Amino acid sequence: MPEITYLEAIRQALWQEMKRDERVFLLGEDIGRYGGAFGLTHGMLDEFGEERVLETPISEATIVATAIGAALLGMRPVAELMFMDFVLLSLDQLANQAAKMHFMFGGRATVPMVVRMPGGSGSGAASQHSQSLESVLMQFPGLIVINPSTPYDAKGLMLSAIRNPNPVCFVEHKVLYKMKGEVPEGDYTIPIGVAEIKRPGRDITVVANNVMVIKALNVAEKLSKEGIEVEVVDPRTMLPLDTETILQSVARTGRLLVVHEACQTGGWAGEVIASVVGSPIFDYIDAPVRRLGGKDIPIPYNRILEKAAVPQEADIEQEIRASVEGRI
Amino acid sequence: MSKDKGKGSEKDIGSHKLFDKRVKQLKMSDDSLIGLYRTMCTVRHFEYMADKLYAAGKVHGTMHLSAGQEAVAAGISLAVQPDDYLINHHRGHGHFIAKGADINLMMAEFLGKDAGYNHGRGGSMHIADFQSNNLGANGIVGGGIPQAVGVGLALKMQKRKEICVCIFGDGAANEGVFHEAMNMVALWKLPVLYICENNKYGMSMDVDRAVAKLPIAQRADAYGIPWACVDGNDVVEVYDAMKTAVEHIRSGKGPYFVEAITYRYFGHSKSDRNLYRPKEEIEDWKQNRDPIMRFTKHLLQSEIIDEGQAQEINAQAEQVIIKAVEFAEASPEPDVSTLMEYVYA
Repeated sequence: MPEITYLEAIRQALWQEMKRDERVFLLGEDIGRYGGAFGLTHGMLDEFGEERVLETPISEATIVATAIGAALLGMRPVAELMFMDFVLLSLDQLANQAAKMHFMFGGRATVPMVVRMPGGSGSGAASQHSQSLESVLMQFPGLIVINPSTPYDAKGLMLSAIRNPNPVCFVEHKVLYKMKGEVPEGDYTIPIGVAEIKRPGRDITVVANNVMVIKALNVAEKLSKEGIEVEVVDPRTMLPLDTETILQSVARTGRLLVVHEACQTGGWAGEVIASVVGSPIFDYIDAPVRRLGGKDIPIPYNRILEKAAVPQEADIEQEIRASVEGRI
Repeated sequence: MSKDKGKGSEKDIGSHKLFDKRVKQLKMSDDSLIGLYRTMCTVRHFEYMADKLYAAGKVHGTMHLSAGQEAVAAGISLAVQPDDYLINHHRGHGHFIAKGADINLMMAEFLGKDAGYNHGRGGSMHIADFQSNNLGANGIVGGGIPQAVGVGLALKMQKRKEICVCIFGDGAANEGVFHEAMNMVALWKLPVLYICENNKYGMSMDVDRAVAKLPIAQRADAYGIPWACVDGNDVVEVYDAMKTAVEHIRSGKGPYFVEAITYRYFGHSKSDRNLYRPKEEIEDWKQNRDPIMRFTKHLLQSEIIDEGQAQEINAQAEQVIIKAVEFAEASPEPDVSTLMEYVYA
């Protein structure tokens, strides 16, 4: 199987789906001649032309609204917001409009659209270009929030996202763009709303998303040598969240740690933990459940401070050890 | 078509000779004129009935009534085709009726019934009928304005002949998306007709205190969009402007902007006690500038209908509304077991 990057995997999905379905088109800032701020849409203007790789003015609210309007008329728009932070400029259209249309109009409207948004810290982009806002988006029923951690998942989930009849927020992580992995060249989809156990283990369940999955896997590999077997669960879809897979995992391991880059207060770890402690599997829990979120601060610019603002492998390792060793 | 605000005095209403001349120029048939009258009467009765139902404690939520603004809705509907798309604002009953919505289903939705257009999920503020390309009303002021860019874009991509009509109020024109959207429809020459229904107040805020430079429509100049500002209480003038706009758009020349100056009789919503405008002002518009009264006078003077016919059409319109209330009241409430439906398609 060919090895390609996370970024190339997403491009491949867009490319193949645009070949397969002429209703699919891209819109966003600098996605044409520039090839996208991260180069993700590089070459697509030449291949598909200006009509289907539609460069827009810097108008995030109307980029999302344009996708909504086109989707209502049966198109399959894939909009790009250059940074996830900019979703806040378009949140009315996404949260008050797209998310509610199917419901508010009594099931008579569908809004099949995807909004891509690279989030996360690690690139020195400072406070307004580094946020992880998936927990915010999880507050809007009607939206689907996808958050892939590998090239394989990124392609399969993107194909599912475009074919889904609902508005999908496709959250990418900037730091993962260069990560390589095996990706089939052909067409395949990954079901939305289904978590994956990325690594099985008997001692503790670590639930993590996007780049934290990779960090958790590295820590799991290291601890395995000491005989601590970590199970890493990747929700892949944040909304709707596959709590069933998480509950089953915790029932097996008896311990839980949730890791995300989003700010800890109000972060989705709280949701996962509430689902676990509020369920009958609470009886199986052997240690206090733990969460490790980003610090409750804006992401700083300085490299050392930026790193310290979000969970690192050493932090994850420390939390796992504390849980396994029965410390509080 | 005047570019100044309609004053609505007796002089402005004009002689019936002038009316005859305009109607002839616009090639308006007697049937179409009578149709406008019927539409306006129906809207008026719907709105007064809505108010009555609310007073009787039969309405759960809020409502925004358009009595006094009927000429705008009627004038637009005659200028467009039934399959043209409509994106509407929260004060939308009139536009939906004029577009040909099923009044029974509207009334059922208004009363929150399962038989309503939205199965009782939307209420007055979100009535929509996707079967007839009515893409719904919006509860967020200005929320529909940028969506018209997408509808226009899709129509262009799909090489279709329909246009998108997007109606919003004077208050919405001050939202940021207004400017984003104006720029993009002009940039891409999209088939979008933007209509600013200026009823002088954004909730309580007088347009003179909210807009730095009037008319609002002149902002279209900044984007190279042709525009007109018309007396929105003169249904023939509204139709005239809309007809010009629709011809422009359908010929592929891009968007058009029409501002229609009008006035609402009821408060902004059910909580409004009208503390921000003098009673004399409301009375003046009702007595001297009422769109239905003005139009009726012309129809009678020009002998298109007589007094008896006018009364008959008005009575028929009222009957339609009464029947709709009967239908809505007899309809069941949504079943609680369906609460979680329609969240995802």
